[in-house]
Amino acid sequence: MIQVEINGRAVEARENETILEVARRAGCNIPTLCHVENLPPSGACRMCVVEVEGSRALIPSCAYPVSAGMKVKTHTSRVLEARRTIAELLLANHPNDCTHCARNHKCQLQDLSAELGVRDSAYVAERQEKKLDISSPSIVRDPNKCILCGRCVRVCEEVQGVSAIDFVGRGSKTTIGTAFNQGLNVSSCINCGQCIVVCPTAALTEQSHVARVVQALNDPGLTCVVQHAPSISVTLAEEFGAEAGSDVNGKMVALLRRLGFKKVFDTSFSADLTIMEEASELVQRITTGGTLPMMTSCSPGWTKFVEQFYPEFIGNLSTCKSPQQMLGAVIKSYFAQRENLDPKKIYSVAIMPCTAKKFEAGRPEMEGNGVPDVDAVLTTRELADLIRMYGLSLDGVEAETADNPFGTRSTAGKLFGASGGVMEAAIRTAHYLLTGKELAELKVEAVRGMEGRKEAKLTINGVTVGVAVVNGLGKAHELFDEIRSGRSDLHFVEVMTCPGGCIAGGGQPIGTDLAKVRKRMQVLHQIDRQEGLRTSHGNPEIRELYEKFLGKPLGERSHKLLHTHYHERDVLR
Amino acid sequence: MPRPRPPYPAIAGLFGKPTIINNVETLANVPDVIRLGAAGFGSIGTASSKGTKVFALSGKVLRTGLVEVPMGTTLREIVFGIGGGIPGGNRCKAVQIGGPSGGCIPEDQLDVEVDYESLKTLGAMMGSGGMVVTDEKTCMVDLAKYFMEFIQSESCGKCIPCREGTRQMLETLRAITRDRKKESDIDSLLRFQGVLHLERLARNIRDTSLCGLGQTAPNPVLSTLRWFRAEYEAHIFERSCPAAVCRALSAFVITPDLCSGCGVCIRACPHGAIVGEKKKPHSINPELCEKCGACVVKCRFEAIRTIPAAEDLRTRGDNVKVMS
Repeated sequence: MIQVEINGRAVEARENETILEVARRAGCNIPTLCHVENLPPSGACRMCVVEVEGSRALIPSCAYPVSAGMKVKTHTSRVLEARRTIAELLLANHPNDCTHCARNHKCQLQDLSAELGVRDSAYVAERQEKKLDISSPSIVRDPNKCILCGRCVRVCEEVQGVSAIDFVGRGSKTTIGTAFNQGLNVSSCINCGQCIVVCPTAALTEQSHVARVVQALNDPGLTCVVQHAPSISVTLAEEFGAEAGSDVNGKMVALLRRLGFKKVFDTSFSADLTIMEEASELVQRITTGGTLPMMTSCSPGWTKFVEQFYPEFIGNLSTCKSPQQMLGAVIKSYFAQRENLDPKKIYSVAIMPCTAKKFEAGRPEMEGNGVPDVDAVLTTRELADLIRMYGLSLDGVEAETADNPFGTRSTAGKLFGASGGVMEAAIRTAHYLLTGKELAELKVEAVRGMEGRKEAKLTINGVTVGVAVVNGLGKAHELFDEIRSGRSDLHFVEVMTCPGGCIAGGGQPIGTDLAKVRKRMQVLHQIDRQEGLRTSHGNPEIRELYEKFLGKPLGERSHKLLHTHYHERDVLR
Repeated sequence: MPRPRPPYPAIAGLFGKPTIINNVETLANVPDVIRLGAAGFGSIGTASSKGTKVFALSGKVLRTGLVEVPMGTTLREIVFGIGGGIPGGNRCKAVQIGGPSGGCIPEDQLDVEVDYESLKTLGAMMGSGGMVVTDEKTCMVDLAKYFMEFIQSESCGKCIPCREGTRQMLETLRAITRDRKKESDIDSLLRFQGVLHLERLARNIRDTSLCGLGQTAPNPVLSTLRWFRAEYEAHIFERSCPAAVCRALSAFVITPDLCSGCGVCIRACPHGAIVGEKKKPHSINPELCEKCGACVVKCRFEAIRTIPAAEDLRTRGDNVKVMS
């Protein structure tokens, strides 16, 4: 440990820590625009400059390591003037439409301008109106609002290993663009939306489905039903100002009913269903010499990633649809039949932590008899918008329970919201399927947590099963390299597109950071610890669904409704 | 794209390994160091800047080209000795040193002995070793604008102060040298706002930019402002370019003694601004003149020239309407 001085106060610091890290820990918030947690500094925005004694120029604190005895001043008039000038320069080049901007009140440029006391920009720049890219089913790009901080570019490349977007041109003519400046829809974009979460302004937003959902809710000819993903109940409250790590499942169900949904189902139920199918598929592949390692297919960013970058591994993907699509399919078959409804008259909405789910719902394979499994997908953010639009709030409602027949879930299904959760749920059921007995210890510690890659070896019936868990697709490249160069000890691989899993998805609240993701993960694990129904195969509603409708896992009806296929995808890159 | 330092290339450069980066000029010194020995080489130059320095001498000077001089040679020796002075008997105005982001040193400071420190003290720098000599026919605002254009187009766009700031500085320079006939009230306001904030902006670009380009980008403006503030003021307040270079702030006039009355300029003028009888000196109607310069190109007698707008107003007297 070394001693440094920040604004006259002595602070302990580790060597190689940056000034920014030390200052923030000491309770001194230095503003940043281009900084991304856990990524190497870029030093582009210069917002984090500070004065360091002995240095002539101002020092970018995000990129500068502390040294023993260093004396830092973070908010001198010189520093504040520099930051204000940068904010003014950006504002000179930014549309003045805050009042109706998608990120009003959630915009870092807006917050910073307020914080720095910018009341008027001394500068004006001639702006050329640039075209919006609305080609993607998941993401809208508005280059007019882009401040070129580069966070999206770095996340896309360094975290997700996709590189669908990059800087185009140079100097004041720089823009962020795709390969050959074509639409995002034909690029290698996997629709994960991590770029949206890190974007400080409204240059990147989700393709909103709010309007079409409102229209459907007001259509007397439609029966609107809704499902909510496992991670929504542990993040929604943050949109209303609560601390990270609050589970508001019951209140959310109540609010969804108030919005006008006739039935509120739980995607964690169909996560249990997915496990029944997927664990059966795994057991089948292991026992009959199928393609291994089997890889999960719940994360639509990930499946597109495989289709475009690793088509030779398409056979490794589980043929199971994702929980969203499985539930969509049984809503428009089993539920429709049971309630005597025309599937065409059911409007099925999914609340998802994810922008890629919008893409997935629109995949041509995801339908039955010409009717899409899922009609609209709202992200956590859009659900919050809808709740506010209807004049509702979490405070005004009492908790309610979900509807049958798809409202009961095991905690295994709920764990789908966090990295390692699918694996843990699958292990519990696969063990049961292979041995007829429950695992002595249901918790599989080795696959939990925020590590980008986790692995474990399990012995079931004397057979050693190798499992790996990946989150953040940059890490998936590593795993594929290993498998390509001959690694063969793995049987089952869980991949979630976003780092930490769906709790950190591209549809989650703006302002998501690592500390919040950890807390959300803890809540999911807490739910698993506290509740009694902890295995998918133990879910009575799942059993009922198989008895009354589906038959057996991997059976004919399951095959038709719950399984799909993937295909090689040609994209511009 | 530049990346933040530290780490410097000498610690982690190419492939993350320690890397030494040298200019060709530095390497060209190595044979001399070997030949003369450290002491011998060190005896050339000044106390703090050893050896010789190559300058690319250009501009309003008789003999242009690459010149190598010992450090400590005065600028006057280089310009008037080696360079042979200013052509056409004109007066030297300043020497611009160090490339686009260097600075100007005015004529009365030319006795400075050139080394790294002395140039810095005067607001210039050794930089690339470029040395542009200017004379009284050079407009210093125009010169600053020229270099800012270069810097602006060289900005990579990564950091905000350089990308957006140099653009603003250039726009301010353009605004004060532009024709204001069509300027709206808000444009005038913005022009003044730009001028008022020019020094603050320059200071902050210098203080916060990521790489050397941005940190030195405001130099052309800061250095010309330091030594030739009056010229800026003439452009801004009198709307007149003292060197009669910025066309919008100059007037085109015909020197009667040189004009043969041939009528070529009358036919060349697309705006019908030139009048006159054959074989008698012609004259230009300033109300119609668009300052395109077509007449200057056609005149074979060099009878048409530009004069500062202020001088034109004075010579034409009080009957000229002054527009603000």
